[in-house]
Amino acid sequence: MTAKKVIGAALAGLVGYVGASAVALAQDTIKVGVLHSLSGTMAISETTLKDAMLMLIEEQNKKGGLLGKQLEPVVVDPASDWPLFAEKARELIEVEEVDVVFGCWTSVSRKSVLPVFEELNSLLFYPVQYEGEESQRNVFYTGAAPNQQAIPAVDYLAEVEGVERWVLAGTDYVYPRTTNKILETYLKAKGVADEDIMINYTPFGHSDWQTIVADIKEFGSAGKKTAVVSTINGDANVPFYKELGNQGIEASDIPVVAFSVGEEELAGIDTAPLVGHLAAWNYFMSVPTPENDAFIEAWHEFIGDDARVTNDPMEAHYIGFNMWAQAVEKAGTTDPDAVIDSIIGVSVPNLTGGYSAMMPNHHITKPVLIGEIQDDGQFATVYETPGLVVGDAWSDFLPDSKDLISDWRKPMECGNFNTATGKCGGMTSE
Amino acid sequence: MRTAFLSLAAMMLLFLAALSPLPAAAQSDNPALAPHLAALDSRDFAAKGRAVEAIAQLDDPVVVPLLRTLGAGDLYRRKSDGLFFRAERDGRDYKLFDLQSGDLVETLSGSAVTRIIVNNSMRGQIDALLGSLTLRADDPAQRLAAARTIFEERDPATLPALESAIAAEDDDDIRALMETARAAILVADDGALTESRLEAVSVLRAMGGREAMVILKGASGDEAPAIAEAAAEGAAAIEQTMQLWGLGQNVWYGLSLGSVLLLAAIGLAITFGVMGVINMAHGELVMLGAYTTFAVQEVIRNSAPWLFDYSLLIAAPLAFAVVGLAGVAIERGVVRFLYGRPLETLLATWGISLILQQAVRSIFGPTNKEVGNPSWMTGGFELGYLTITYNRLWILVFALAVFAGLLALLKKTPAGLQMRAVTQNRAMASDLGVKSGFVDAMTFGLGAGVAGLAGVALSQIDNVSPNLGQGYIVDSFMVVVFGGAGNLWGALAGAFTLGIANKFLEPFSGAVLAKVLVLVFIIIFIQKRPRGLFPVKGRAAEN
Repeated sequence: MTAKKVIGAALAGLVGYVGASAVALAQDTIKVGVLHSLSGTMAISETTLKDAMLMLIEEQNKKGGLLGKQLEPVVVDPASDWPLFAEKARELIEVEEVDVVFGCWTSVSRKSVLPVFEELNSLLFYPVQYEGEESQRNVFYTGAAPNQQAIPAVDYLAEVEGVERWVLAGTDYVYPRTTNKILETYLKAKGVADEDIMINYTPFGHSDWQTIVADIKEFGSAGKKTAVVSTINGDANVPFYKELGNQGIEASDIPVVAFSVGEEELAGIDTAPLVGHLAAWNYFMSVPTPENDAFIEAWHEFIGDDARVTNDPMEAHYIGFNMWAQAVEKAGTTDPDAVIDSIIGVSVPNLTGGYSAMMPNHHITKPVLIGEIQDDGQFATVYETPGLVVGDAWSDFLPDSKDLISDWRKPMECGNFNTATGKCGGMTSE
Repeated sequence: MRTAFLSLAAMMLLFLAALSPLPAAAQSDNPALAPHLAALDSRDFAAKGRAVEAIAQLDDPVVVPLLRTLGAGDLYRRKSDGLFFRAERDGRDYKLFDLQSGDLVETLSGSAVTRIIVNNSMRGQIDALLGSLTLRADDPAQRLAAARTIFEERDPATLPALESAIAAEDDDDIRALMETARAAILVADDGALTESRLEAVSVLRAMGGREAMVILKGASGDEAPAIAEAAAEGAAAIEQTMQLWGLGQNVWYGLSLGSVLLLAAIGLAITFGVMGVINMAHGELVMLGAYTTFAVQEVIRNSAPWLFDYSLLIAAPLAFAVVGLAGVAIERGVVRFLYGRPLETLLATWGISLILQQAVRSIFGPTNKEVGNPSWMTGGFELGYLTITYNRLWILVFALAVFAGLLALLKKTPAGLQMRAVTQNRAMASDLGVKSGFVDAMTFGLGAGVAGLAGVALSQIDNVSPNLGQGYIVDSFMVVVFGGAGNLWGALAGAFTLGIANKFLEPFSGAVLAKVLVLVFIIIFIQKRPRGLFPVKGRAAEN
């Protein structure tokens, strides 16, 4: 009997010890939430970002963590289901008590979690290029705003390739529609006539591009140099490019510049017929800088596969994570209010050989790179903006937003200040 | 693809070797070349363009291979001594070849060489320059290519070289193309005589086609009224012909879309149409077929690259077998317990579709897989003014073949007879000694196997990703319901009707609205004829 008692006591002790150490562990770590879809349609893009976050957290821990504590990743799977994003965000903040969340890809998923982050006052770092027209106190936009991607790309085509006729082709949802609206206004302001702009929308996952490619071919046969500005969403790109190649449209005839096609998307295509088509990003895997080489090497080691590519949203997470870490060090705490104050002006190295800084409008400064697709599935940079471009939350080319600015520093603390009326809340952020 | 690329590279090698039979002179021997070469290795594309222009003016045997390599993006500079080579990537290393002789010089790591990057404008410029440089080449194919490039680039500076080439040309076809190229340049040349420009307009008008129309349209704004009028007239005449061809183009696109729909739906026409099982996992069975193709290609790439052009022929029976077995397993494991309970079948098969998707995602990863096109499915040809792409053409042929095979199987073989017997009257069929359980499994397996075949074809035009099937499930049901459940001919008619209707709507309404309109049309149609285009008559249809 005593033996049983001893064991019982020992067990109780063990349980107590484990429990206590778990509590101690919980106090000793900083929890980082990762909110990326690991199943469903968006898993194709978002799984990589989850892995990139895990790598960044692991590296930070090797360097001794933050504020003397280790970082602990908490990964959840919102399964490409937009309302589930909000639920999972709530779970991360309320149940797991994370200090910061890195996540989302599509604009609709971001819109769905916005109220949660506002209500529970937590932090979200959003790493993907998006349509702009938003600035929220709890969100940091580390991907490109339209003026950091679309507008420089159009300028490049007009100036270097002499393009005068434009096809704006996109998938039918908010990002392409807003971006195309901005581009249309911009092009018209530059003197492009109505009949020289063709706008075309296709459903998600569109796979039969015969008619549209033939239309583009016809539109391009009016005697003026024509280009396609593509906001076609990830999955529909492969059949689109295949059809272009098969119908014999080469980049020297009608170049296509894409805003959603990166190294990851090209991994599924034979790129030999696509050489010379363009993409505009703030990062390419082929950029020859020591920081980038180190990042790629670390990534290959972490993922255990030398064939895996890196891409722009991964760099955005790299920048965002380092900015957050520096802001936490600066504030001496992970408290969201303190971090929101301390992060503005924080500047960290990006992977293209410069520094990116967090601006008062919660967007960051980035260089804009234009690259041409090569036959090995990589991009060769053919143009780089001379300086860094500041992300503009409210486009100057939309009548509704041209008077709005965003500044989250005290005393203004406003995401949509209307400079014409002098009031905060000139337009809702929806 | 890799084999094609390698053989292309090998051909280039041979070609380069043939071009310069003399032993290669070191490239830096020509002092005039050096400063231009140095300018190539910079980020300033305007300066690079000027350097290319200057290089083309030099009389040196290295010029043509140098420009050709540069245009192909294969020109590299060795960092140790600044010399230029053609390089091929070999894993992490680069194999350097001498520009003129094509001999392998050495293999260096990626950090020891810099690639000379060209952009689109430079590529066009190089093509044009090479065109005028190779107009008098000995090889007729090269001369033809040169004439073609000059026609496309229409650079007035090439005119004198072109004139002398036309005078010296003895091949009629090549001379005709050269004369068209000359006409294309003359039309836009303000300095030329009006008569020769008018003659150029009529040459282009006689040629016809989209390219001629573009040139004539460009010339219709000319300052000389006679030229402008003639060009506008010519452009209008060509445009009229093109519009007729446009009609034919829509029909072709519709047939092609219809063949894709038919392939996606035909397996469902058996499982849903004949057996009455609402199989929501149908799309995922198609996806499994596509992944089988991917797996076959992976094995071929790694162990037997020369077989690549036959990869689809090997993949087709394998996909049929793999997916057919998966279908049998689904039928035996789940569906057979749910006959006569459509709602539960719907939910259960939907669950299976999610399981299959996530399983594939876990095994193969969430990213797209590259399934290559065999060489006989790449590119296209011109039929009149119609571009017909080989992959679409073969898919149409394949869809019709699968349809014919299936029809023969169901109508002409004992197995088909048993399948029809069981689905029409299960009790009577089993009384007559048909093993109805076995036949059910085989029928479902057949439908699944055909879905696998569809996957092989769709891997050629769509993404191979775990989401592949989702894009086709709604369309497949639409085709089967529209055509009339239980009737293969209905599926055929339904698929082609929807395909052609969609393609005729698309130019007017846009792709999004076209889809909506087709859906609305089907809903209305089903209200009027609930059993589809070709309803099955008789007792089976009543229950």
